[in-house]
Amino acid sequence: MRLVYLVPLALFLFFAGLAGYMLTQPKDQNVPSQMIEQPLPDFALEPALEGMPGASRSDFVGGEPRLLNIWASWCLPCIAEAPHLERLKEEGVEIVGVAVRDTPQAVEGFLSRHGNPYSRIGSDDISELMLEIGASGVPETYVIDAEGNIRYQHIGDIRESDVPMLLEKLEEVR
Amino acid sequence: MIAELGLAALWLSAALAVLQMVAGAMGYRSDKASLAIYARPAAVVQAFLATLAFFLLLYAFAITDLSIKLVATNSHSMKPFVYKLTGTWGNHEGSMLLWVAVLALSGGLLAGLERRLPERTMSATLGVQGFVALGFYAFLILSSNPFERLPVPAPEGSGLNPLLQDIGLAIHPPTLYIGYVGLSVAFSLAMGALITKQVTPDFAKVMRPWVLAAWVFLTFGIGAGSYWAYYELGWGGWWFWDPVENASLMPWLAATALLHSVSVLAARDALRTWTIMLGVVAFSMSMLGTFLVRSGVLTSVHAFAVDPERGTFILVLLGLYIGGALAVFALRASTISEGKRFSATSREGALVFNNVMLSAILAIVLLGTLYPLLTEAFDVRVSVGPPYFNPASAIFAIPMFAVMAVGPLLRWKDDNPRRIQFELALLGAVVIAIIAVVAIFGEYPVLPILGLAFAIALAIGAFLPLRGRNLKRVPTATWGMVLAHFGVAVSLFGMASESAFTSERLAAVAPGDIEEVAGWSVELESVSPVAGPNWTAFEARLNVSRGDGETVEMRPQNRNFWAPPQATSESALLTRWDGQLYIVIGDAAGVDEAGNQRWQLRVWWKPFVTFIWYGGLIIVLGGIISIVGRMQVDLKRRRFAAKAKQRRDEEAELGGGVVPEPAE
Repeated sequence: MRLVYLVPLALFLFFAGLAGYMLTQPKDQNVPSQMIEQPLPDFALEPALEGMPGASRSDFVGGEPRLLNIWASWCLPCIAEAPHLERLKEEGVEIVGVAVRDTPQAVEGFLSRHGNPYSRIGSDDISELMLEIGASGVPETYVIDAEGNIRYQHIGDIRESDVPMLLEKLEEVR
Repeated sequence: MIAELGLAALWLSAALAVLQMVAGAMGYRSDKASLAIYARPAAVVQAFLATLAFFLLLYAFAITDLSIKLVATNSHSMKPFVYKLTGTWGNHEGSMLLWVAVLALSGGLLAGLERRLPERTMSATLGVQGFVALGFYAFLILSSNPFERLPVPAPEGSGLNPLLQDIGLAIHPPTLYIGYVGLSVAFSLAMGALITKQVTPDFAKVMRPWVLAAWVFLTFGIGAGSYWAYYELGWGGWWFWDPVENASLMPWLAATALLHSVSVLAARDALRTWTIMLGVVAFSMSMLGTFLVRSGVLTSVHAFAVDPERGTFILVLLGLYIGGALAVFALRASTISEGKRFSATSREGALVFNNVMLSAILAIVLLGTLYPLLTEAFDVRVSVGPPYFNPASAIFAIPMFAVMAVGPLLRWKDDNPRRIQFELALLGAVVIAIIAVVAIFGEYPVLPILGLAFAIALAIGAFLPLRGRNLKRVPTATWGMVLAHFGVAVSLFGMASESAFTSERLAAVAPGDIEEVAGWSVELESVSPVAGPNWTAFEARLNVSRGDGETVEMRPQNRNFWAPPQATSESALLTRWDGQLYIVIGDAAGVDEAGNQRWQLRVWWKPFVTFIWYGGLIIVLGGIISIVGRMQVDLKRRRFAAKAKQRRDEEAELGGGVVPEPAE
């Protein structure tokens, strides 16, 4: 056996070792919004549901910090996070919802099935606010302080373990 | 039922792969093993079943069966029909199913059609092919089951990434996968020949059409992908050195080297170990690409839903197949004798030189692609881009183009360079003249100028092998080579011209404003909202004209898709024989003094950019002609051999005496 024929194998083993090590390292794939620590963009959305107020930037100014929850009745993870939003509401958090690409009937159906944790729901028919705020999907939840600044972005559905974390963030920006 | 049938077909295929592997191994160990006869049928039936599984998934997507998780997460009932179909492979599981279906299909074709190899080599080859297939079936079934049901059918699907809602998705991935996985046949053949020590010119002749076919598909797939990225992303570029693009380029480089070295082996019985090595490397690069794309260890625009567990699974497969093949190579390669010798100034010499150059470029690309992985292990994030790849690969590409222009003029075994001094002088003069002319005209970067000069020299050089020959008697395969080399020249010309001469203009314009770019005048007439089946958009109407030519309307769009929500820009392209006008509309950009709404407009004039893809098509055509030529010769030889055998048989019957063995 000539040693030179071992070179390719050695190179490959080095790569495999490196790749194996890297696979065990945690990696954050989420793209954080560029809008964090920036004021909310100016917006005014029509109500997504008859009988409830719509949402605009001015609703976030004054009082306590709030959550901005971007969701949709057609989104499956939104069903999963509904009970945890309910928990947050019970803790006294004001949650402003933005329904993306939705219809009043579908919104009504969703809320009657999974509960309504929102104080107001705006209707974002063309993902206008979503794109401006830097959301990469549905659902996403933002912590907004009382001056209307975006302080924290949670990508994906809210799990049970996220509830205390979000409460802490809300307390921090108070 | 569809999902269950599909899954059953996959399990059966996996079982057949086990049979194929065992039967192949038996056949290798003993000529008389009774189990060995099952290897070929196992491969053929497996090809049928795996293809069936793929078509069942295609059907589930066609009817938007929302009880299947994959359909619910990647499709939408209101998506246009063609994108429902192409959505089948626009995700991890579906594309992996396409991958194994092609793998099984190429294994089946090999088992069904190939009769020229010694039976023991063939058994070993089929055994290896079954072993490789088995791993990928296991991966698909255990960690990426495309047929998984939802406990409750979803009310609606979540849609397909809008960038993928394009006809490019119908063409680019399937052709690329056929190329990638077609190389598995070269891998198995190389392993079979290595294990049975049958690295002969006959083996090379068997391997060559498989390599050529896979290479043709790879070339086409890469070209299609490049054009797709060019018009769909709206960034105006055609190659970004993205890890996934590199993952497709590396098997192509290895396959290009392989198809040249296999020709040397077939014609001259030289480069034995080198050819085996390339056969292993080419498919290894395909598998490596799959790993890089799907494990998420590198960040890329092509991100599939990444999952470290899947990454671990593929890494284990890589260890088994690449590691195993390289270990066998290390143990066995020294038992293969080196093959015939040749001098440096010969056809083989030129081919070896370019093989080394291609391998060097492959190493450059591999290093650049993996370097971020290495630095990230030390918590440093780097991104390796064109400033590394372009010059580093050019160092090897330029000598390669030079040798490529003259190599086909050289004779096999040994040649005197003075025999072709006229051609050498002609090509040298062309290169120098073009560099001089372009340098006088203006200040351009070095690489594109060199690219232009070598492109033109290569275009001339490609046809020189035909000089002084009776064109009717030139073998078909030679025409294929001439055409493919000419295609490389055309493509290189497009790349160089685009990099050297592109004009770009970025402006905020209000309706009525006129922008001038490279002799073109672009007037924004209006911007208005339009709606499509699953998107809304702002569409600009532009009146475009050059000189006194007629005015053409162009309509770039800024689209908003809603399932899933994403903004994309649809570029507008105007193709002329000497280039393309490429326009993208961006976001609203405030108002001008008169209070009119302004829009971001980006306009490029790219001279001869289309030559990049025309060249690619010419290369593909050359490859196809080459395959046809090789097959013609092979069929002719087979008919001839059959006739000779018939005559011998007849003579034996007539004479009844001893017929002397024909001299080889």
